[in-house]
Amino acid sequence: MAKIRSDYEQSWWPRFLRWLDRGAAPLDEELQQGLEETREGHLTLSQEDAAREEQQREARIRSDLAREEHMYSRLQEWRSSRGKKLINRLYSALAIVVCLGIIWLLLETASYLPPFGYPDNPANNEVSRRYIEQGMQETGAVNIVAGMILDYRAFDTLGESNVLFIAACAVLILLRLPSASDGGVHSTARLEAEADDRMYEPKNDMILQHAATLLVPLILLFGVYVIMNGHISPGGGFSGGAIMGAGLILYLNAFGFQKTERFFTYGTFRVVSLCALSFYALSKAYSFFTGANHLPSVITPGTPGMLFSAGLIPYLNIAVGLVVCCTMYAFYTLFRKGDL
Amino acid sequence: MAHPLWQSIPFVCILLPLGSAAMTSVLPARWARRWTLLVLLTVTSLSLALMVLFGVTGASNYTYTMGHYTAPWGNEIRAGQLEAITAHFFSLIMLLSLMGGMRKLDEHVTSSKHSLYYVVLLLLTAALMAQIYTNDIFTAYVFLEIMTISACALIAVRNRGRTLVAAARYMILNLVGSGLFLLGIILLYDLTGHLLMSNIKEAVAALHATGEYALPLDVVIALISVGLCVKSALFPFHSWVPDAYGYSTPTSAAVLSSLVSKGYIFLLIKIIYRVIGLQVMQETHIFNVLFVFALVGMVMGSISAIRQSDIRRMIAFSSVAQIGYVYAGIGIGSDMGMMAALFHMFSHAACKSMLFLAAGGLADASGNSKQFHDLRGSGYRSPIAGVAFTIGALSMVGFPFLGGFASKLNLALAGLNSSDIRAILTLAALAISTWLNTMYFLRTVITIYRKPDENAHYPVERGQRGFCFNCSLVLFSAVNIGLGIFSQSIVDAIMRGIGMFG
Repeated sequence: MAKIRSDYEQSWWPRFLRWLDRGAAPLDEELQQGLEETREGHLTLSQEDAAREEQQREARIRSDLAREEHMYSRLQEWRSSRGKKLINRLYSALAIVVCLGIIWLLLETASYLPPFGYPDNPANNEVSRRYIEQGMQETGAVNIVAGMILDYRAFDTLGESNVLFIAACAVLILLRLPSASDGGVHSTARLEAEADDRMYEPKNDMILQHAATLLVPLILLFGVYVIMNGHISPGGGFSGGAIMGAGLILYLNAFGFQKTERFFTYGTFRVVSLCALSFYALSKAYSFFTGANHLPSVITPGTPGMLFSAGLIPYLNIAVGLVVCCTMYAFYTLFRKGDL
Repeated sequence: MAHPLWQSIPFVCILLPLGSAAMTSVLPARWARRWTLLVLLTVTSLSLALMVLFGVTGASNYTYTMGHYTAPWGNEIRAGQLEAITAHFFSLIMLLSLMGGMRKLDEHVTSSKHSLYYVVLLLLTAALMAQIYTNDIFTAYVFLEIMTISACALIAVRNRGRTLVAAARYMILNLVGSGLFLLGIILLYDLTGHLLMSNIKEAVAALHATGEYALPLDVVIALISVGLCVKSALFPFHSWVPDAYGYSTPTSAAVLSSLVSKGYIFLLIKIIYRVIGLQVMQETHIFNVLFVFALVGMVMGSISAIRQSDIRRMIAFSSVAQIGYVYAGIGIGSDMGMMAALFHMFSHAACKSMLFLAAGGLADASGNSKQFHDLRGSGYRSPIAGVAFTIGALSMVGFPFLGGFASKLNLALAGLNSSDIRAILTLAALAISTWLNTMYFLRTVITIYRKPDENAHYPVERGQRGFCFNCSLVLFSAVNIGLGIFSQSIVDAIMRGIGMFG
C-alpha cells in the first residue's frame, strides 16, 4: 500500500488530472451558467440514480465554484467596478479613433480617384462602349440596363435572384413559427403571435379600406406595367416586383390576414418561387450552354421596342418580379406574425 | 468551335445545385435529403473526374463563356487544375459532413424546417463552386453574399438562445467584411474600368508601372484583404467563432469551419494571383501585416483553446489557430507559401469537420454533455467516434502519415525558403503552436479514454448512431490518412495548379 503524501492534492499529477477533467475556464464559467445546454432526456435512469448523480454534480460544482471564487474574487471585483468602466471607456474611445481613421483614409482616397464624369476615365472603355452602341441590336432591349443585367451579365443576376431567395429562406428559418402539426408545445407560440397581431394592428379601419380599394388595383397594375415594360422603359423585375409587393402589403393592412390567406399562403410562396426560379435557372442554363458551345439558339432578339421582343428578357423580368414580390410580402408577414 | 463535353463540368457543378435549390424547398424532408445527397454526390464525382482529367491528360486551363457574349462583356468561368482539386475537396467534405450530421439534424431542427436546411446547403454548395470557378470579380461578390446569408441560416437553424446570438454576431462581423470587400471592388472598377479578372490584372500592372493612382491602389488592396480576413476569422476578428461553431448543429459547424471560411481564403488567393498579381501585392507589404496577425493568431487561438472546458468550443478556438497557419502561408508571399496555405486549407478542412462530427458522437454517448468531465470513457462507448477523434487530433497535432504533418512540413519549408526574418518567425510560431496543440488535443484524447466515474450512468446503446454516421467518419479518416500518405503528389498537383493559376 503506497503512502499518500499529505500534500498529494497539490502535487502536479492530481492537478493534471483535474485539468483533464474540467478544463480551466473559470472566467467563462459565469457566462456558461445561464446559457448551459439543456441535458435532454437521453438518460434512462431510475429516480434514485438521477437524484444521486445530481447531488454529486452539485457538490462538485459547488467545490469548484468555491475554489474559483477564492482565486478570482479580487479579479472579478476589479472587473465589475473600476476595471470594467475603464475597459468600456477604452473600447469606445478606440472604436471612435478607428472609425475616424477609416473615414479619413477613405476620403483621402476619394480625392485621388479619377474625376467624376470625365471622358478619359478608365471606366469609359470598350466594355461600356459596346453596351451603349450595340446593346440594342444584340439584345433587342431598348432599356440598356435590362439588356446588361439580363443578357450580357445574366449569370450575376441569376446569382442575385438567388440571394433574394436565400434571404427569404433564412427569414423563414428564423421567424416561422412551427405549426400545430409539428407538436403541440409550439402551437401556443403561434396562437400568441396571432393574438398579438389582432391586438396591435389596425382592424376594419374604414378610411384605410376605402383608400386601399382604390389604390391596390392601381398599384398592382402599375407593378405589372413596370415588369412587362422592363426591356423597353426604365424598370424591370426588381423594381416592378417591389411595387407589387407594396400593393399586397397595403391590401393586407387594410383587410387583414383572412382575406389574403385565400390566395397567398406558405404553399403559394413555395410554388411561385419554385416556378420562377426554376424557369430562370433552366432557361439560362440553356442559354449559357448554347452560348459557350457556339450552338444555334432558338432565342432571337426580335424587333426592339415590341412588347414581346428581346429574347428571354421579358420572361426573366416576370420571373424576377414574382420572386421579389413574394419575398417582400413574405418578409412583411413573417416579421408581423411569424407565418405567411 | 464547341468545347469538348467534359469542359462543361464546372458549368454543371454550379448550375445543378443552384437550380435544384428552389425545387428542394417544396419537397418533403425525406426526399429533400435524398435529393441533396444525390446532387452533392454528382458534384463530387464530376469534380473528381475533372481533377483526374487535368492530372492525367495534362490539359491546360480554359475559359468557358456563360452566355453568348465573350469575356469582358459577358460573364465567364475559368477552370484549371487548382480549381478542380478545390472543388472536389469542398464538395466531398460537404457530402461527408451532411452524411455524418443527418441524425443529429433531426434532433436539433424542427421538422418543418428540414427542407429549408437542405435548400440552404445546396445554395451554399453552388456559391462555393461559383466562387471557385468564377473569373469575374463581381460574380465573386454576388456568390459571396449567398455564402454569408446561408452561413447565417446554418447557424440560426438550431433555434436556441445561444445560436441566435451567435448568428447575429456572425451577421454583423461578416457584413462589415462584405462591405469592405465591396468598397474595394468599387474602387478597383473605378481605377481600371474592368470587372473581369484578367483585364483588371493587365490594368493594375500598367498602373503599377506608371505609378499612377498609387494610393488608391494600396487602399484597394488593403480593403479587399482585410474584408476577406474579417470574413474568414483571422485572429483579431475571431470573436464570432466560438459561439457560431460551438453551439450550432454538427453539420453546420463542420461546413462553416471547413468550407465557408476556406471559400473566402480561396477567393483571396485567387485575387492575389489573378487580379492584383503576386508582384504588386508583395510591394505593398500587405503580406507582412497578414503574416504578423497570422502568427499571433496561431499562438493566441491555441491558448484560448486550452482554457475551454467544452469540447466543441475547444475545437472552435483551434480553428482560429489553424486559420492563422493558412494566413501564415499566404503571408510568406511566395509560391511555396501559397502552396502550403492551400494544402493546410485542405488538410484542416478534412480534419476539422471530422472532429466536429466525432465530438458530436462522443457527446451523444455521454448524455448529451460536451463538458470534459462527462466525456470520460466516451471513446469506449462510441468506438468509431473515438477512433475518428483520435485520428483527427493526431492530424491536428502533426503526427506523421496524417494530413497535418505534411501541411506543417510544407509551411516550415516555405518559411525556410524565404530568406528574411520570416524563416525564424515561422519556425518559432510553428513550434510554439504545435506544442500548445498537443497540450489540448492529447488532453482530450486522454480524457475520452479514461475510466468514467463509477457512479456515472450512461445510456446503454449509445455508439449506434447509424450507418451514415459511421460511414462518414470512416471515410473522413481515410481522407485524412490519404492526405498524409499521398501528400507529395497532392503538393505537386497544387504546385502545377498554381502555375496555371497566374
